[in-house]
Amino acid sequence: MGNMRAEPIRFLSRGEIVEVDAAVAPTTTLLDYLRVTLRRTGSKEGCAEGDCGACTMVVAQPDAKGGVQYSAVNGCIQLVGQMDGKALITVEDIGSETALHPVQQAMVDCHGSQCGFCTPGFVMSLFAHQRNGEPADTDALCDSLAGNLCRCTGYRPILQAGQQALASGEDAGAVADWEADLLVKLKGLDRKAPLKHANAAGAFYAPRDYAELWAALAETDPADRWLLAGGTDVGLWITKQHRKPAAIIHLGQLTALHGVRSTADGLSIGAMTSFTDALPALAALHPDLGLLLRRLGSRQVRNAGTLGGNIANGSPIGDSMPALIAWGATLTLLSARGERSMPLEDFFIAYRKTALAPDEIVARVDVPIAAPNSRFAVYKLSKRFDQDISAVLGAFNVSVKDGRVAEARLAFGGMAGIPQRAAKAEAALVGQDWDGVEPAVAALAEDFSPLDDMRASAAYRLLAAQNLLRKFAAEAKAGKPIRLFDGAGEAAE
Amino acid sequence: MNTHVVAKSLKHDSAPKHVCGSARYIDDLPEPEGCLHGGLTMAPIAHGRIKSIDLSAALALPGVVDAITVADVPGDPDIAPVFPGDPVLADGLVQFHGQPVAAIVARDLHVARAAARLVKVEYEELPPLLDIREAMEREQWVGDPHVMTHGDAASAIAAAPHRLQGEIELGGQDHFYLEGQISMAQPMEDGDVFVWCSTQHPSEVQKLVARVLARPIHAVTVECRRMGGGFGGKETQAAQFAALAAIFALRTGKPVKFRLDRDEDMIATGKRHDFYIRYDVGFDAQGRIQGYDILLAGRGGCSADLTNAVVDRAMFHADSSYYLPNVKITGLRCRTNTVSNTAFRGFGGPQGMAPTEYVIDEIARYLKHDPLDVRLANLYGIDERNITPYGQVLDDNILHELLADLEKTSEYRSRRQEIDAFNAQSPYLKKGLALTPVKFGISFTTAFLNQAGALVLIYEDGSVQLNHGGTEMGQGLYMKVAQVVAEVLGLAPEDIRITATRTDKVPNTSATAASSGADLNGKAAENAALTLRDRLAGVAAHMLHAPVESLVFANGQVSAGDKSVAFKDVVHHAYLQRVQLSATGFYATPGIHYDRKTASGKPFYYFAYGAAVTEALIDTFTGEYRFTRADLLHDCGTSLNPAIDRGQVEGAYIQGLGWLTMEELWWDAKGRLRTHAPSTYKIPTARDMPPDFRVALVHGRPNPAATIFRSKAVGEPPFMLGISAWLALKDAVAAVGAHEMPVRLDAPATPERVLMAVEDVKRRMAASTALAAK
Repeated sequence: MGNMRAEPIRFLSRGEIVEVDAAVAPTTTLLDYLRVTLRRTGSKEGCAEGDCGACTMVVAQPDAKGGVQYSAVNGCIQLVGQMDGKALITVEDIGSETALHPVQQAMVDCHGSQCGFCTPGFVMSLFAHQRNGEPADTDALCDSLAGNLCRCTGYRPILQAGQQALASGEDAGAVADWEADLLVKLKGLDRKAPLKHANAAGAFYAPRDYAELWAALAETDPADRWLLAGGTDVGLWITKQHRKPAAIIHLGQLTALHGVRSTADGLSIGAMTSFTDALPALAALHPDLGLLLRRLGSRQVRNAGTLGGNIANGSPIGDSMPALIAWGATLTLLSARGERSMPLEDFFIAYRKTALAPDEIVARVDVPIAAPNSRFAVYKLSKRFDQDISAVLGAFNVSVKDGRVAEARLAFGGMAGIPQRAAKAEAALVGQDWDGVEPAVAALAEDFSPLDDMRASAAYRLLAAQNLLRKFAAEAKAGKPIRLFDGAGEAAE
Repeated sequence: MNTHVVAKSLKHDSAPKHVCGSARYIDDLPEPEGCLHGGLTMAPIAHGRIKSIDLSAALALPGVVDAITVADVPGDPDIAPVFPGDPVLADGLVQFHGQPVAAIVARDLHVARAAARLVKVEYEELPPLLDIREAMEREQWVGDPHVMTHGDAASAIAAAPHRLQGEIELGGQDHFYLEGQISMAQPMEDGDVFVWCSTQHPSEVQKLVARVLARPIHAVTVECRRMGGGFGGKETQAAQFAALAAIFALRTGKPVKFRLDRDEDMIATGKRHDFYIRYDVGFDAQGRIQGYDILLAGRGGCSADLTNAVVDRAMFHADSSYYLPNVKITGLRCRTNTVSNTAFRGFGGPQGMAPTEYVIDEIARYLKHDPLDVRLANLYGIDERNITPYGQVLDDNILHELLADLEKTSEYRSRRQEIDAFNAQSPYLKKGLALTPVKFGISFTTAFLNQAGALVLIYEDGSVQLNHGGTEMGQGLYMKVAQVVAEVLGLAPEDIRITATRTDKVPNTSATAASSGADLNGKAAENAALTLRDRLAGVAAHMLHAPVESLVFANGQVSAGDKSVAFKDVVHHAYLQRVQLSATGFYATPGIHYDRKTASGKPFYYFAYGAAVTEALIDTFTGEYRFTRADLLHDCGTSLNPAIDRGQVEGAYIQGLGWLTMEELWWDAKGRLRTHAPSTYKIPTARDMPPDFRVALVHGRPNPAATIFRSKAVGEPPFMLGISAWLALKDAVAAVGAHEMPVRLDAPATPERVLMAVEDVKRRMAASTALAAK
């Protein structure tokens, strides 16, 4: 870049371009940038880890159909550099005390605020829900609000406010005009050169294509750089662990890594596809995949978090991996040297250790269509239904021939240092009918020696994992799911 | 009573600001120029001696301005509210993991937090005492054991036809106010300091800041406009960070802000007391309790804080809603090397009531009765069976009609049959149902705290400013008190300017706690408003040529018959006639007393009542559950603001449900809290609210006690409606054993505990079948 003045990080706010000062540290979160640098204090910090939603704000960007996509995100764990080229909407922007937005008006009318600290976040989650045209039923509202904690109201008036706001609606013409203007202005943010925001505190890169990525990788130290996807975990390395890498390479602007494509064999999901964008295609493959993804993090987390980030992170308790391992997904890694593919389970070597080389990125996940005569289910166990990390996650994919198990893929999260298949139980299950699962249940105790921690005891983990296999068999015999919730939120039995 | 403003469902005064992000919390205030930010060095061990503290590496970090240890505190470093033992920074001894041992200020918050990690502390580690039962065995207390008796429990238990014994564990609870602890201090003239503090108790913060600074109380002013939630967690716990900010403000001459990160907040500040409970109960064939011996052991943690009063309140509520002819209640206050537990909505009441509701449930299982019938059999009577274990006669009991109403509106009996039918054909999913009552005593049990002051100012244009000692934490107190003043002066609530709570407007206030905010401050403000109305009436009587007694203050007018004059014109006349337009008001709750030596008296001015029915569905494979329906009926007397009170009832129920089900504080073997953020500590979300949620306030029952407009306190009582959710889970587990087996289900009843309870019932069933076969 030499001495040429770099193009700053730029985003739209209130119809105007915000240029981030060159001196701002690359680890600066979006929330800190707003609250501390700009002194816009409407969005609140409740946890600084993306779990309470008090900082919820909305990112607007063009969608695939020429319209605008609104994504609620947790500003506390988004980095300001991730905003480049997008529009930001916060609670101060959508209405004022004398001219409330319909969502704000409904929250007032329904007594939806008490202490008021979580309120800006709820308002913005509901705003995004409304702008995206999502339905007004309680289940849909809960999907949008699962990442917003309120300690005062018990939620009833907030859900009521959501319904009122959706019923009253916005002026469609005004919204259309606003969106048309926004799309024009966003065009104006297209940059000439790749983003590199560098100063004494470090550097932030946002490559748009592979050439820019390989260049950024070449000029940074692998031992002191982070690859950033959605930031829903990396953000905490900053806010909670107080770490400061020399370089952050944000992969979210790399368009080739985005999107879900149908292939002859199934689906090919780009690593930077957000969970929100991947959800419909995966839900169409199997309803349990959809249900699982709806419980992965919160809406804010799914809007930012990516499938590739979840995998590359190597966590033993990431939700998507056991499901995709059981399903038989293939992972492809990419570097300047070329690409290589492997069964997803082979990527995980040991606790937080993966097959990813320092110069590689996770490129895509290929998910085959379901084999005929197979039975699949995913069960996620956690203290809380929504937005909790699994104590145990069991994903089972079993093909049945003549009433007996021909092949079994039983994958678990939370049972070992990595997401892992239960080899002994799989072997014990083959050849059995649905009344013969007990040998496989017993074998799980040989496959796994889980740990005690704050999410569950080892004893619960093992017993629950065993019972999940029993439940899988009971569901197969009953010919229907046995669940507390089904898709519509009703008990299935 | 015909009222214009009071008893109306008016909106929270700050609602439009809340929804626009324009309501300012302390971290939103413009920072005074040069504001410094605080960081805390926290102990990595649960117990040990501090051998040395080296601040040099922290001070060397660019941007760091100052650092202190306890030795640098100019005054008394103990910020304990009642009994000594809460040093503002560890004083030679670390008593819990995460205890602040040093503090830093820097020009940037991130620098301050990074610097705090550079402080080098040498410790001599000591074995920590972490378990309540071990504390009991070793008789480690933060306050003396206390016993309350009525009749002869031991003989009555021995003589009773049936007897059950058991133990229960109830977990603690983090407040999880969305706004963490925060204070900002500004140095003033003469060594004075002004403190913005998110606190329920500005007067105590003021007193303790003065104490650490070795200054008189008048040198310190504390202001709180609003908190982002309190729930008891900002009663005593706010003072530490206000004190640190004030110490640094005076040392550096700069404004200083201390804002805790969520993890620091959850690790370093006190929580709801967890309890270990042991019971021994004798009862007859109807399940009527003959004798009851209950031991309530609360975890005080490393110091007393408010533990004595919390365990006392647990003892006062161990009767729940039931007459106990022979009872012995023992309250223990255990000392452990964990953070000092503190006030939390209900203040021990829930920990006293929940075990007794559980015991009633066990009696019902034993007798194979519906638990509701056992509850009704034991309910306090109206004219007899109405004396509490502490000798107060229950003279305002409305539970019989309240429970009858709820039993009917919730369709309890028919749903019980439907649930039995469902369970009979559902091998893996089981439903449960529970109806539990609430009776909660209103007043601080420390009598002198039951006082409040207010200051009402009328300006010459007729506008009114209101100030009182109560604080706003979202409960709508400011609005309720404004409604009271508006009602008295015949104005609209928007004519009353609500102002921040400040210690230089009303002195020596009590905490906004014990649900007392509206009762006490409403009365004090009414007192001030009545004084002003009397003065204005004299002026208006002249203007209208009418006797004072004939005047009516309403709708911004003062009227006598068909003649009227605008309130603001009366005020302007009063000003010109040199009539004083400001007044203080005061209130002290009458007639309450308690003698701790005899464990008897009348500690409560009155009782608030309620009841809830919750239905649960459990998965017996995994222990997961959901709550499908809840019906609440709650008594607010004549509600000052039904919309706000309904909000309190609903929010309290969900918070109580959270406490007893999913919210788990999990300490490891070294005494480190490992659930210290929302990623690991799970409070209810929107989907945890029962989808069928029916909430009603009791109508037509004004408070017989002469409270403000005959309303009742509402902050805490409905918290205990959540007990029905826990016992609905217990009922669903009991269904696994056809309601014939005892069910041990401690709280929080996480999916793990529910599954283990299911397994236990299955084992008992198998053993009983094996026995029958023999």
